[in-house]
Amino acid sequence: MPDNDLSSALQTALQTAQRKQTPLNLAGGGSKAFYGRLRSGQTLDINAHRGVVNYAPEELVITVRSGTPLARIEALLADRQQMLPFEPPHFGTTASIGGTIACGLSGPARPYRGAVRDHLLGCRIINGKGEQLKFGGEVMKNVAGYDVSRLMVGAQGTLGLLLEVSIKVLPMPKQNLTLCLEQNEDEALQTFSRLANQPLPLSAASHYQGVSYLRLSGSEAGVAAASAAIGGEELDNAAHFWQQECEQKHDFYANQEQPLWRLSLPPASAPLALPEQYLSWGGAQRWLRGDHDAALLRQLAQQHGGHAELFRGDSREADNLPPLKPGLFKLHQQVKHAFDPQGILNPGRLYQKI
Amino acid sequence: MSQLESTAQPLSDAERARFLTALGAILAGESLLHDAEELRPYECDGLSAYRTLPLAVALPATLEQLQATLKICHQMQIPVVARGAGTGLSGGALPHSEGLLLSLAKFNQILEIDQANLSARVQPGVRNLAISEAVAHLDLYYAPDPSSQIACSIGGNVAENSGGVHCLKYGLTLHNVMEVNIVTIEGELITLGGASLDSPGYDLLAAIVGSEGLLGIIVEVRVKLIPKPATIQVLLAAFNQLNDAGSAVAAIIAAGIIPAGLELMDKLSLQAAEDFVHAGYPTDAAAILLCELDGAEAEVGQQVEEVRQLLQMHGANEVRLARDEQERQQFWKGRKAAFPAVGRLAPDYYCMDGTIPRSRLSEVLEKMAQLSEQYQLPVANVFHAGDGNLHPLILYDANNDGELEKAEQFGGDILELCVAVGGTITGEHGVGIEKINQMCVQFNNLELLQFHALKAAFDPSGLLNPGKAVPTLHRCAEFGAMHVHHGELPFPDLPRF
Ligand SMILES: Cc1cc2nc3c(=O)[nH]c(=O)nc-3n(C[C@H](O)[C@H](O)[C@H](O)COP(=O)(O)OP(=O)(O)OC[C@H]3O[C@@H](n4cnc5c(N)ncnc54)[C@H](O)[C@@H]3O)c2cc1C
Repeated sequence: MPDNDLSSALQTALQTAQRKQTPLNLAGGGSKAFYGRLRSGQTLDINAHRGVVNYAPEELVITVRSGTPLARIEALLADRQQMLPFEPPHFGTTASIGGTIACGLSGPARPYRGAVRDHLLGCRIINGKGEQLKFGGEVMKNVAGYDVSRLMVGAQGTLGLLLEVSIKVLPMPKQNLTLCLEQNEDEALQTFSRLANQPLPLSAASHYQGVSYLRLSGSEAGVAAASAAIGGEELDNAAHFWQQECEQKHDFYANQEQPLWRLSLPPASAPLALPEQYLSWGGAQRWLRGDHDAALLRQLAQQHGGHAELFRGDSREADNLPPLKPGLFKLHQQVKHAFDPQGILNPGRLYQKI
Repeated sequence: MSQLESTAQPLSDAERARFLTALGAILAGESLLHDAEELRPYECDGLSAYRTLPLAVALPATLEQLQATLKICHQMQIPVVARGAGTGLSGGALPHSEGLLLSLAKFNQILEIDQANLSARVQPGVRNLAISEAVAHLDLYYAPDPSSQIACSIGGNVAENSGGVHCLKYGLTLHNVMEVNIVTIEGELITLGGASLDSPGYDLLAAIVGSEGLLGIIVEVRVKLIPKPATIQVLLAAFNQLNDAGSAVAAIIAAGIIPAGLELMDKLSLQAAEDFVHAGYPTDAAAILLCELDGAEAEVGQQVEEVRQLLQMHGANEVRLARDEQERQQFWKGRKAAFPAVGRLAPDYYCMDGTIPRSRLSEVLEKMAQLSEQYQLPVANVFHAGDGNLHPLILYDANNDGELEKAEQFGGDILELCVAVGGTITGEHGVGIEKINQMCVQFNNLELLQFHALKAAFDPSGLLNPGKAVPTLHRCAEFGAMHVHHGELPFPDLPRF
């Protein structure tokens, strides 16, 4: 598909929808259609709005239109030995950068290099009133006005249609190496916490079926020194392993018909008395398959200071995300109203009532 | 000077008395100040050209007192200005003459240090440096290190999204804060973010960080802690040309190296710093660059050599590596004392804070030199060069008639120059009252209205720090009319973004 700037056409579409009060379903590549609640409304396709607006490797920044395929951006960065620091999952070949930012999902490197929101520098959006607005920019430090750009991350398109995003990129590490340690879950969590307390070039830490996987990234000398200090077996074909984890292609995830729960916890939380889990993010993410009592999982997660989310599941009538406390929920509604007073942008996608 | 716009009606004597009585019922003697003499220490923040006495100062000691105080203000429609340590440089904590100044000074406890999860829960009045000091024995620290870190509060840091010399590698306050408890103007306690790496719903934590006291009162902060690096080395490079130093910065980043700190000082500022603290800077240089590298020992050793070569290739005529921790501290001492050092060169100085794309550095420096010539005011330059954040310090004497206004105009021109080259009017000091007019240059009316709508979602009655950070459209219309001299925008020769 050729590059195209469809900003005005998209704006007209939103203005019309606003006038007629037509709810819209903003659609990028569709790779994350499984995520969030059921989609409703008239589909507005953003896919063709694509192209690289500016890439300045020496400024560590790239600005792209939201329909641009994620794979294309990653390839462009790789040519200059750079990368998206948050290692986003694609969940399909059609993934666009707009959907990636809107869903706010980050990959294995999240605890060590930061999340999507940490690297978004600016964006151009159309709000629910059909107004084109620009916030932030391409510079690293910018505190003029409220940080509206980052508010868009994870909002799943309910606050604005992303037109363009500016993202901070980083140089690729010169060396990556993954170590395997045979450990049970308890030992793994203790190892993760102990290592995180040391100045080591960790870039991913997971545990599954009795093995801890520790990725080190940095200069050759730095990685070699850390690897000697940690010990364990070096994993062959490690890049593939982490890609499989990021894309949820490991055996653990094989049955995509089953509901998949994601528990986001303080990383050092003790092992949970639950069936087999896949631990990632150094223990801060615990993945669980199968049918579970939502209320019980939520309570358990909350006891540990975190939350439980139905990440993949067929029953999407209820909310996938845990309920918010009344004060916080009211604030959410007011923020939604500030950007989309008539509620035409992806209504019900994030929460039933937002 | 920018005037504080306000819709608040002056209180009658009876209303004022009623307000103070209501507060007096909650706050004990020394926690409520209202005599002019007691109010004096609160009349300004670090931008001391602006001074106003508030109606009263409240220093609640407990959450209940703070909530009750806000409820009264809400009920009586009294504006509230939060204050941390008062080191802000944009007048964010400037009191409102008809409002309450709410000091968080008594919220000064570190509540919890969670080593296993690498976080600490602290009250907003805790000083930035005190956090790192409290976890030093665990070989951990809190990364953002504003030069004011011995004095400024973490609440103020969150409200300004403050940076420091190490934020190039370790991020700003935004990247190092996990959870913030706020109290709304209605007195309601709300938690944003959490102890895990993400939390459900909108990222309202991102909205609170940098909100300059306009959205809610920050009453508790969970910060991220990180391990101290194994090795730290710092290089000092001297240049005969300021531009060469600029290209050396670009070359280091382009080589895939992210230094822990990368700071540039021009001749005027390095000489002032040298005179002030004897850091050992080469005073005949046109500019110096400080480049700090940290990490594993072997890694740092390798990078030091790479950077040394890059510096030499880009015209450094001297490159020194700090021999030991003492010399490293010495190198930084000059940089950290740059503001007060420059402050000794003239009765007054005015510190600007624009950020630009690094590639436009030499162009901006050239324009700034022209402006300095035009306004007949010297300017010293200190940069967080790694992330393009400039701190031009304009020297002036407020006792000379009209010189403050001239300095402010010069400053305004610099900010607009930053916007014109694709940057921003403030990288870390915030808008406050100081840069409120330049917000009209950076944002159009619809964008400003969106900011106001977001503000209303948090604070529908508009009582939190009114008149700061985001200008009204009315104000921008007036500023625009006054500003476009002879039908010409500033910097007509620069392409606009
Ligand atoms: C010598 C010097 C060097 C400096 N160097 C740097 C630097 O390197 N980097 C940098 O970023 N800044 C720097 N600053 C600026 C300043 O120190 C920072 O902006 C700092 O974060 C302000 O903290 P404070 O506690 O003094 O806040 P204040 O000045 O008291 O307040 C600042 C703003 O925050 C609001 N606020 C304060 N506390 C709260 C709260 N609890 N809840 C809600 N709102 C609140 C106030 O209303 C105000 O708008 C420097 C200042 C000085 C004087």
